Amino acid sequence: MHVSVQAEPFDAGAELNRFTAQVAGAGAVVTFTGIVRDTAGVLSGMEIEHYPGMTERAIRAMQNEATARWALCGCLVIHRYGALRVGEPIMMVATAAPHRAAAFEAAEFLMDYLKSRAPFWKKEQAAGGSDWVAAQDADETALCRWQKD
Amino acid sequence: MIDVLYFAWVRERIGLPKERLETSAVTVRDLIAELRTREERYELAFSDLRSLRVAVDQELADFDAPLAGVQEVAFFPPMTGG
Repeated sequence: MHVSVQAEPFDAGAELNRFTAQVAGAGAVVTFTGIVRDTAGVLSGMEIEHYPGMTERAIRAMQNEATARWALCGCLVIHRYGALRVGEPIMMVATAAPHRAAAFEAAEFLMDYLKSRAPFWKKEQAAGGSDWVAAQDADETALCRWQKD
Repeated sequence: MIDVLYFAWVRERIGLPKERLETSAVTVRDLIAELRTREERYELAFSDLRSLRVAVDQELADFDAPLAGVQEVAFFPPMTGG
């Protein structure tokens, strides 16, 4: 398991290759990369704030939970903070497992939790000013499917 | 003494990221009530608890969480990672 909370940009391709080379016994690797998007064509960038200490701790707890639920050979989370430009990767999740179902599910589980349980806050910057991104109800709903009875 | 941290718009409304407080608050809710009486900027930040989340010693908690032995409380809006 690896966690990196960093200000620096990263190369998702290089990270994937490094991760794949390190996992033993994997038959499937799934990755997700989140990118700063500008659907309305008005953003100049994004600023991400986080809670140093708690962030790493919360992500590690998510990775532990994923490892307990699925037979994973490895799992990687990279998440940036600070100033980001449109088109740059924000974060990346990679999971490795003997078979693809576990790798896909664990990656989705980690993504759903990172969205609303890791202490990051996004602020979008445009020419007219900047605004905090509001949390979506759908993100909260997404967590329900992982809840155990 | 307890460290109180603020993030995102909570930090902006209060105007500082962190402060150290002497408090007799028993729960997080008591601490919020205490802060709200201090100045208008606190009242503004804490006026709608539904839009706030709290972490106690870096673990998500609810507003009734006890503060005995706690070193750090953080207030922030719902998280928007990923």
